[in-house]
Amino acid sequence: MAEAVVHAQRYVDIAWLWIRAAWQYPASFVMLAVGNGLINLLDFLGLWIMFSHLDRLGGFALHEVAFLYGASSLGIGVADTLIGSVERIGTYIRTGRLDQMLTKPVPLLVQVCADQFTLRRLGRITQAAVVFAWACTYVDWSPLRVVAAVSMVASGAVVFFGLFVAFSCVQFWTHDASEFANAFTYGGATVAQYPLSIFPREVLVGLTFVIPIAFVNWYPSLFILGREDPYAMPAWFQWSSPLAAAATMLVALSVWRLGVRRYTSTGS
Amino acid sequence: MLHVAIATRAFRRYSTYRAATLAGMFTNSVFGVIYSFAYLALWRANPTAGGYDSVDAVTYVWLGQALLMTVALWGGGTTDGLAERIRTGDVAIDLYRPVGLVGWYLAADLGRAAYHLVTRGLGPTLLGLLLFDIRLPASTAAGLAFLLSVVLAVVVSFAIRFLVAASTFWLLDDAGVRVMSGALAMFFSGMVLPLTLFPGWLGTLAHALPWSAFVQVPNDIWLGHHEGALLAALGFQALWALVLLGACQVVLGAATRKVVVQGG
Repeated sequence: MAEAVVHAQRYVDIAWLWIRAAWQYPASFVMLAVGNGLINLLDFLGLWIMFSHLDRLGGFALHEVAFLYGASSLGIGVADTLIGSVERIGTYIRTGRLDQMLTKPVPLLVQVCADQFTLRRLGRITQAAVVFAWACTYVDWSPLRVVAAVSMVASGAVVFFGLFVAFSCVQFWTHDASEFANAFTYGGATVAQYPLSIFPREVLVGLTFVIPIAFVNWYPSLFILGREDPYAMPAWFQWSSPLAAAATMLVALSVWRLGVRRYTSTGS
Repeated sequence: MLHVAIATRAFRRYSTYRAATLAGMFTNSVFGVIYSFAYLALWRANPTAGGYDSVDAVTYVWLGQALLMTVALWGGGTTDGLAERIRTGDVAIDLYRPVGLVGWYLAADLGRAAYHLVTRGLGPTLLGLLLFDIRLPASTAAGLAFLLSVVLAVVVSFAIRFLVAASTFWLLDDAGVRVMSGALAMFFSGMVLPLTLFPGWLGTLAHALPWSAFVQVPNDIWLGHHEGALLAALGFQALWALVLLGACQVVLGAATRKVVVQGG
């Protein structure tokens, strides 16, 4: 435990370094933050336009879809901000920077995740938080639902943590296939923005047992919104998000260790 | 002839990264499947939304995925290299050359786009054909017009990306402008949602902006929604291409004077 605190401290040190560096170009920093917020704002505007042509998408009203959308975007936004740099591991391997990192007295994963830390995705998190807060005003809250909501947002972020790390490890084997991971991280976030009732049952099963995207927001949201599960999955799934998050993280860390053990320098 | 040589070399340069291409095709396919189900749900609830039927809508999704990289909606392409050369000052060497800078980078970008169309365009589209009910072009003429329309889409997109890269002359870092430009391109090209669904004045505005030439116009030509006004649709794209390429020349002229003043 004490070790984890030290690692977190190192992470914050490195991240703070990069924040100060980015702030040397304030205009660029602000434009990046605004631009990233704009991407998501226009994305949500698209969803809103969609609802001007219908009342319910897959049986869910706009505020319910906004709840799913907000929870998913918050999860990936937080994960992307904290460890999104891990996507660049292929570049580090190619340029030999990973060799430098290996010689430093800080765990490799901490260094890779904190490298080029940027707050520009704050725009995205802010936008997601606003949509989520708006959707929350429609929820019939009870103490149990509040607990479920807090657990949902935290677990969602951890699931995306795991997906980012695990699928970035593919680059230990093929250096230029970084985009493969996007299908699962950003693709996963996109799937989760919609009610999963619009997909065939096979997709839901895959998103439950193979890539645990359904635990990011779908199952806990069914409980919080008081909706019947259209696929009649076991009710305890709605409380299993922390479990799914822990499992994803465990697998991700094992894959990471496997990748690092397999790593041989490019020698350049 | 020179420009053809530049284009073929750009084509070959991009074809070196096979794993990256395969990974990209996989990602395009995943997003294609996700959006197909989302659109199917939309058109199930409202079967005539935006004047499309559900087959039109799913076809639209897969064409959009095919064009995403071809038209370089998020930015990228050969103009990224230009921005880097402006930052480092290497662009001074480019300006010495007895070849126009715009023509050089445009030729390279067309070569890149051709590569992305054959791989990341065709690959996912074939998968879409297998998995979903997709509409093929109504006639040979429509198919050819679609191809011409894609070329024009790449030129319009190139001109905008060139202007974004040229902003480096003044800002020294085009990252912020690039993100903004990418966000607007995604939304106003019809990639996020077909522009035919946009209500009222927003729809009129979106159809008139140059970004609609990226995805909405080629897709509508494929789907046969421009049957009577094919030339008008292509003319719209050509007009924006000319205007924006002209702007590129003007901006480049202004930037060149600036470089000389700086002794750069």
